[in-house]
Amino acid sequence: MTTRRKLLLTALAAVLLAAAAIGYAVSRPRPSPRPVAAAAGPVTLATGPGTPAAGPGTRAAGPRILAITDRHLTVAPLGGDSRSISGVECLRAYAAAGTAICLRPKTAWSYEAAVLDEELHERTAFAVPGLPNRARVSASGRMVSWTTFVGGDSYAGSAFSTRTGILDTRTGNRADTLENFTIRRDGRPYRSADVNFWGVTFTADDNRFYATMSTGRKRYLVLGDFAARSVTTIKENVECPSLSPDGTRLAFKQAINADPARGWRLSVLDLSTMRVTETTEPTSVDDQAAWLDDHTLMYTLRTGDGTPTVWSVPADGTGAPHPLLTGAESPAPLK
Amino acid sequence: MSLPVYLSTIERPSRGRLAFMGGNVLALGTVSLITDVSSEMVTAILPLYLVLGLGAGPLAYGVLDGVYTGATAVLRIVGGFVADRVRSRKLVAGLGYGLSALAKPALLLAGRSVPAVGLVIAADRLGKGLRTAPRDALITEAVPPSQLGRAFGLHRTMDAVGAFLGPLVALGVLALTAGSYDAVFVTSFCVAALAVVVLVLFVREKAAAASPVAAIRLGDAVRLLADARLRRLVVAAGLLGLATIGDGFVYLLLQRREELSVVWFPLLAVGTSLSYLLLATPLGVLADRIGRLPVLAGGGVALAVTYLLLTGPLGGPPLLVLVLGLYGLFYAATDGVLMALAGPLLPAGLRATGLALVQTAQALTYLVSSVLFGLAWQTWGPAGAGRAAALLAVVALAGIVLLLRNRTRPEVAR
Repeated sequence: MTTRRKLLLTALAAVLLAAAAIGYAVSRPRPSPRPVAAAAGPVTLATGPGTPAAGPGTRAAGPRILAITDRHLTVAPLGGDSRSISGVECLRAYAAAGTAICLRPKTAWSYEAAVLDEELHERTAFAVPGLPNRARVSASGRMVSWTTFVGGDSYAGSAFSTRTGILDTRTGNRADTLENFTIRRDGRPYRSADVNFWGVTFTADDNRFYATMSTGRKRYLVLGDFAARSVTTIKENVECPSLSPDGTRLAFKQAINADPARGWRLSVLDLSTMRVTETTEPTSVDDQAAWLDDHTLMYTLRTGDGTPTVWSVPADGTGAPHPLLTGAESPAPLK
Repeated sequence: MSLPVYLSTIERPSRGRLAFMGGNVLALGTVSLITDVSSEMVTAILPLYLVLGLGAGPLAYGVLDGVYTGATAVLRIVGGFVADRVRSRKLVAGLGYGLSALAKPALLLAGRSVPAVGLVIAADRLGKGLRTAPRDALITEAVPPSQLGRAFGLHRTMDAVGAFLGPLVALGVLALTAGSYDAVFVTSFCVAALAVVVLVLFVREKAAAASPVAAIRLGDAVRLLADARLRRLVVAAGLLGLATIGDGFVYLLLQRREELSVVWFPLLAVGTSLSYLLLATPLGVLADRIGRLPVLAGGGVALAVTYLLLTGPLGGPPLLVLVLGLYGLFYAATDGVLMALAGPLLPAGLRATGLALVQTAQALTYLVSSVLFGLAWQTWGPAGAGRAAALLAVVALAGIVLLLRNRTRPEVAR
């Protein structure tokens, strides 16, 4: 075959393959638009009935939840079908006491964390590395935390890592990554290059917090002290802790047989007895749960095509899981 | 179009036959360039796909990450041996490229299942493991021994250009399709398929390479190591691997040292690959001129200085530029040059196997070294571990020079 014919054949192959790629991009199966009953009007974190700013869909008395629908902050009353979708874009969010944290795209390839007030107006925003993964606000609304996922420097070639940061919104004091905190593991000082943190949950004193630390293929529950910049391990195989409103229990995901490859069981740890109770949720939960009240957990599950639904299940290992909000993820209670 | 320039630099000695040989290096470089665009497209968006698209937590990705560690190193020997045994490097390399291409649409089928995605990534790495040694054997046969340095340099540069373009293409596809990961996987497959077409049409295998000897057996591969020169080179490659602590650690040290905003962390890899891309060809040419060992040794020095800088007093932007530049120089001075050193030592019939042996020795000791460095970090902290790595690099460098000292000059003069 002459070089000219080979070049011609290559060009032909290139055109055909390009047509195939473009053809797929144009005609690719799209997820069907989710039927969502949305109410217009301003969306706020304000609580209680009769709040002037609350729109028609949010006026219902009683508990409401904040969640994300199609990448936008949404407020929905419990048990109702209507929800109010705001114009604020977020990939992961949480809120408490009139403060929200929203992890969102900044440019096509970078992300930022934004702290929002009750009216969802931006109070501050700063760049975060990698991909948004977890977010949390302390019960008082003062402390916020975020976890991002950093990886992909080479095709599954480098070890994954996470960055977890904490901001004190009152003082502006910010720790970009907990990796710089001093670590005590099993009572002894510890340091290692492979330390990763994720999933912070704050205690009521707005200083101490629980989180997950991983090192040497093990995952630990740690108790941290923001002012002292330190963490101490408490227990193995506890991930993504979430402290109950009364401060007595931690909801977390427990790797089945301590092997994350086998999935996670949503469980609750009683902090006074250190006893673990598994919930009745049969599906593997890869999420940091939120407490709807002192007895009920909320978390996100996805169907095969990635469509999320917020579910709830009793925290004491009884009852059965129920879908709470379809087409939504990243729930937080608004009381 | 830069094609005539490359041809003229490589084929200078005698026109007719060498035009085809240099052309073969260019063809293999093109195949690697296109393939790297394809695979780095997926690399760049796989975390996005897993974390944002599928909502996987960090650990699910960590599990995927560990799927294949070490496996490709051993698979290279299998790929090299099979290529020698069936006497067709092109066929085995083609199978490797084809397997990696098919892995891309398979990612779509794997859906949200973490084990299935892990399996697909393993298949992709299997393809890479299979093709590396036969491809390098084809490059070795494409030019006379005196020009191996520049041939590998040119190939590695083209490879790196592809790796550089891949993430940009992926971002472009994401932007044009309003964030469709599926479209990126399909595009990546189409790009990889084009690379296979180029391989089939343009890469030629020298008929003479398949010398009319008896079929190669496992024993022949083992007997390769009876040659003291090759044995020394395999040990030297192992020492080189031992001196390498891994990109992740280098960037982590740099970030801690500079208290670099974590936001900039991903750009460190970009800086290194830019330096590698720019230096691979010039250093390959230099290796042909002044000898391969001096260039390889220079790479070792660059590595030791990189480690020392990471724990030294220099700081700020000069440190960043120096470290990333030197670290890229280390790769540029060692990766292709090591193959150029090995090529002339190997009998034609066992070339792919022999090259695979050298690569695997380096890859396996690198795994050991990264584990050791992790332990050193736990014991002595980042600064102490960095200085220990520099010391190890100097010792390894001395060992390499002692082992290969008498080897290179006759080869170059040939």
